[in-house]
Amino acid sequence: MTAKPVAVTVTNVDKIFRSRKGAEVHALSDVSLEVAAGEFISLIGPSGCGKSTLMRLVADLDGITSGEITVFGKTPEKARKDQDYGIAFQQAGLLPWRSVRANIELPLEIHGWEPRDRKERSDELLELIGLADFADHKPDQLSGGMKQRVAIARSLAERPRLLLMDEPFGALDEITREHMQNELVALCQETGAAVIFVTHSIPEAVFLSDRVVVMSPRPGRITEVIDLDFSSRDEELREDAAFYEGVTAVRNALHGGETAGARGVENR
Amino acid sequence: MSKRAAAVLWGIAGVIAALAIWEIYKALGPDEGVVIGDVTVLPRTTDIAMPHTWDVLARLFEPVTRAAGADVLWWAVLQAAAFSLGIAALGWLIGVTFGLGIALLMQRWITAESAILPWVVLSQTVPLIAIAPLVRRWGSEITIGSFQWENWMSVAVIASYLAFFPVAVSALRGLKSPPSADTDLFRAYSASWWTTLRKLRLPSSVPYLIPALRLAAANAVVGTVVAEVSIGLGGGIGRMIIEFAATASGDPAKTYAPILGAVLIGLVSAGLVALIGVGLRRYTRGGAPA
Ligand SMILES: Nc1ncnc2c1ncn2[C@@H]1O[C@H](COP(=O)(O)OP(=O)(O)OP(=O)(O)O)[C@@H](O)[C@H]1O
Ligand SMILES: [Mg+2]
Repeated sequence: MTAKPVAVTVTNVDKIFRSRKGAEVHALSDVSLEVAAGEFISLIGPSGCGKSTLMRLVADLDGITSGEITVFGKTPEKARKDQDYGIAFQQAGLLPWRSVRANIELPLEIHGWEPRDRKERSDELLELIGLADFADHKPDQLSGGMKQRVAIARSLAERPRLLLMDEPFGALDEITREHMQNELVALCQETGAAVIFVTHSIPEAVFLSDRVVVMSPRPGRITEVIDLDFSSRDEELREDAAFYEGVTAVRNALHGGETAGARGVENR
Repeated sequence: MSKRAAAVLWGIAGVIAALAIWEIYKALGPDEGVVIGDVTVLPRTTDIAMPHTWDVLARLFEPVTRAAGADVLWWAVLQAAAFSLGIAALGWLIGVTFGLGIALLMQRWITAESAILPWVVLSQTVPLIAIAPLVRRWGSEITIGSFQWENWMSVAVIASYLAFFPVAVSALRGLKSPPSADTDLFRAYSASWWTTLRKLRLPSSVPYLIPALRLAAANAVVGTVVAEVSIGLGGGIGRMIIEFAATASGDPAKTYAPILGAVLIGLVSAGLVALIGVGLRRYTRGGAPA
């Protein structure tokens, strides 16, 4: 590890799901990818191309069939046990009987933080996501966007160096979504965490990412990696010509090869 | 609040309606009941078969028997009811503990589920009448030091046998209810099985458990009353129903007193379980499961 420390390496990874009846799904085929520390990577591609699977392999929620994955130089299992990553899914997945604060503190509680430290950390995070006034509310009293913010705060609770996010904004309306994207950009600049971000939205991927990884299905593989080099990511970028170039590049990459394969990707 | 008041009013209205139907049928129905062919479809309306509701009530305040020093009837019924309720409560507690334990076992090990679940279901097809003498006989062979198996313990065991089933089945469903996104999250936190149980699975199973606990309470009460009869344990409502029924022709109103006692046990046990539900209210926020 010298000049550019590496967060995640994925080397020639295959993932085959075997159903009990013996049917096989080749979810990932010969996938290789390297994510630098602090880098924001988006995975984009049509439904079923293995985006979630790739993320789950990195998180050690599923096991690889062949190849190798390292997370901060360790096996995914070791990284999971060391709490090296934070994770957020499409559904906020808050526990309904816990208050907003208690939901944010869940990982801290599980990992044996002192109550005082937990409170301090959750205060910070509540401030960060702008929900300090809602600390004692229950999830069913929040809007979808607020819930998602809580889920993101929870994933940040232990200051992970790596964030894994599977369509965290998928269930949000366009306005909330853009707002959340802005917040996420600010958060990442603040924390310096590397992010692997799964999305169906081309503009979202382009707006957020240092690199967009385009995948295609059957078997799931990486077809192209598009570098984006914006000087700043703010509201102005959304109107910028460079942004539209990025969108076009990603769209072409998605539609290249097989046009039909790009179904299921939102062009918004 | 007004919602609760309405519920109470409806409850009272229901009781009054039941009493009214009783009296109206008694007043209008034929003495020998409604008979179609050889089958009596509605009971006789004589005072022996259907005493007036007010006679039943008045009877509660007279002595149990004409013997000197006999307790007043309601007091005797209340004591018997308390005795049966105590046994039912013990049976319920054992049954719930056992049911939860089995559910945990089945959740923890898939093989345990396929090995145990069929037996759990099968256990409930054995009629109570068949197991009561068995339990009594096995129990009578247990003597550990000064400990001596007694009949009331057999009754409690039988009550627990009926109570454990709904708890085992519902608890298993509840323990398995968290969506995979939640269990994945706990795995991502490398939470132990125990932590996942405490912070995720048990809280998620509360909405499934509350109705099961209520059902278990009803089963425990029925089990206690029936087992008292088939094991021959005195002192409870079950035996009292049988004893008083023997005097039905001479004192028809008295027969209904222990039945009122059984209803009382049912109400009290349902109330106690409802209290548990109130205590666990915060875990049922998402509303009851389908
Ligand atoms: N647990 C599993 N068992 C069997 N097959 C699976 C499993 N999980 C995923 N798959 C298969 O692997 C392939 C990739 O699935 P994955 O969920 O990674 O796709 P995705 O790119 O995330 O799709 P989407 O955009 O719809 O979320 C699919 O064909 C899917 O059917
Ligand atoms: Mg997915």
